[in-house]
Amino acid sequence: MSIAEGDLLHTVDTGTLSPRRMQLGRVLLWASVGLMIGTFAAQALFETGYISFGFSNWRPVLFSYFVWAFMLCLSRVMIYGEQGKKALFVLPAALFVISMVVFPLVFALWVSFSDWNLASLTGRKFNGLDNVRQMMSDPFYWNAMFNMVIYVAAILVEYAIAFGLALLLNADIKARKFWRVTFLLPLMLSPVAVSWMVGKSMLEIRFGPLARFAKWLGWEQPSFFGSPEIAKLTIMVMDAWIFIPFITIMLLAGLQAMPKEVLEAAEVDGATPWQRFWQVTFPLMLPVSVTAIMIRIIFKLKIADIIINVTSGGPGGATDSVTSFIFREYRDRSNVGYGTLLAMVYLVLIVIFMTILMKVSARLVRRATGVDSS
Amino acid sequence: MTIAAATNHDDFDRRQRTRWWMMRVVIYGMLLLWAAVCIFPIFWTLTTSFKVAADVMRGNIVPWWEYTPKWLGWRSLGLSPDTIGNVSTVREEFLKRFFNSVIISVSASALAVILGSLAAYGLSRFSYRFGFMRNSDISFFFLSQLILPPVVLALPFLVLYKELALLDTHIGMIAVYTLMVLPIVIWIMKDQFAAVPVELEEAALVDGLSIWGAFVHIIVPLVLPGMVAAFILALVLCWNEYFFAALLTATDAKTLPVMIASQTGSQGINWWSMAALSAAGILPLVFIGVLLEKHIVKGMTAGAVK
Repeated sequence: MSIAEGDLLHTVDTGTLSPRRMQLGRVLLWASVGLMIGTFAAQALFETGYISFGFSNWRPVLFSYFVWAFMLCLSRVMIYGEQGKKALFVLPAALFVISMVVFPLVFALWVSFSDWNLASLTGRKFNGLDNVRQMMSDPFYWNAMFNMVIYVAAILVEYAIAFGLALLLNADIKARKFWRVTFLLPLMLSPVAVSWMVGKSMLEIRFGPLARFAKWLGWEQPSFFGSPEIAKLTIMVMDAWIFIPFITIMLLAGLQAMPKEVLEAAEVDGATPWQRFWQVTFPLMLPVSVTAIMIRIIFKLKIADIIINVTSGGPGGATDSVTSFIFREYRDRSNVGYGTLLAMVYLVLIVIFMTILMKVSARLVRRATGVDSS
Repeated sequence: MTIAAATNHDDFDRRQRTRWWMMRVVIYGMLLLWAAVCIFPIFWTLTTSFKVAADVMRGNIVPWWEYTPKWLGWRSLGLSPDTIGNVSTVREEFLKRFFNSVIISVSASALAVILGSLAAYGLSRFSYRFGFMRNSDISFFFLSQLILPPVVLALPFLVLYKELALLDTHIGMIAVYTLMVLPIVIWIMKDQFAAVPVELEEAALVDGLSIWGAFVHIIVPLVLPGMVAAFILALVLCWNEYFFAALLTATDAKTLPVMIASQTGSQGINWWSMAALSAAGILPLVFIGVLLEKHIVKGMTAGAVK
């Protein structure tokens, strides 16, 4: 990594680096590269049975990677001096993310085209496009994908409720801090605890307070997970309950940062509250809204904890999210090859979807406010 | 003429006041309603942990009036006043899970804040070139990790961790959680560093500090509130994480959410002990939420509001 021209913070290089220091830096770096490759090769040969001595696991390879990463950082300073010290800011995080994401992703790609069941003894077998074919004809996967569309669409309702709450909190009220803390609480709770205490206990048909409340309202046989539609709705409500505070807090911050003069000017001009909201507040809040909804969508696409714990995808896959479906594929059937392919396809679809969404929303914000949101 | 106008004015005034009071009632009514929606599940969890089987089955709600609170749920965890002095295997188990959660989430959050702050600072002050990637690309690379669904990484981690003997270890979980919260930390910290004027460091450099010296002595104290906010937010996310923990831990490094999720006995669910366990799992965060609300809000809204 090298430093280009145009730093915001300019520094003056003092003195020159001795050639010996630079030489030593290069030697150390390449020695650690050699060590890493050597360890990796030795372990690979041992695992495949070409040599008879080696380590019991791959951990030494990991250590040699650490040595290499450290030497890489050190050699930046030794070779480039002051410029190298700047690289040190980003290098640790970059190395960490690359080793934790890029390498596993490549590995996942390799696994996803193979028939690999952890429970069977045969091990990994390359099977070409068989997994893709299986995926195409897997009704449960596409059903889960369809559920995700509905789950994501539900964010609009969450947004509407959250906007209402944010307006309430922004109104002229007493003890604002108390209300704000109270409204924030659901976000703090562990989804697992929520799924048990709300999803299984409060919605219990015989004694759950919500079931009794539903009976009191006139629903004779309340069953929150009986029919597919209601089960889906229940899951959406529980997830909304956890995440509405998040949208509310972001929108509230937006409302508080809004210039008061604009609203006052609209009021002087005789706009009704309804007009004031739709023609002043809402457009001004659009950039914050887009950010909040984007982050919410990202989190929604990962929804799994509640579904895994409350319904395990039932009844008949009606509440399955892609994540919970693949989770069961891993845990119950140990079907890692197929599960990984499903996950990779999901990732590709998400990336396409998010890219389009970001482009569209950026244009939307630009048109509505004339301001670039990024 | 004047009298009529005055009555009219009075009338108008009264109407306005009634309207105002109506608005008050509606606003506070809705606030109370939503507060009840937010609080009731927590109340239910806490009270259920003090019920016995009959109270649970009857669906009693109000303590001391509909039922007498008992320590049954907490006794089953070995945490009630009469069992706290005794040896209890359940308590051992619970405390182990609890401290696993503490160790993993605190270390992961701290590591993420350190790595993330350094990266965010570098990206906000210097221009990098890494192959074809410039600063904005590197930023995007970090932030785009947020989109990555955990399920994509789950299996590679499962297999690679097995080979690296990192399955079911604290270190392994810390690494995963650090990765999970790193984009959020970078997002928050970028915003924080952008708000610090660069002249401060320039002055420090003139005074003879190195860039790292200026960072540690001048910048870090300034952005400490932002770092705390990022840390707290990361802590909440790590504490509640279930998916990776369920897949990558078995016995040693099992965290509290996994323990809560696996509480189904052979005779159905013991709701009182389930509630006690859930309460123990959520109470630390309820306290954090109440005491450190300011920081959490600051972390969540960083970068969103300009």
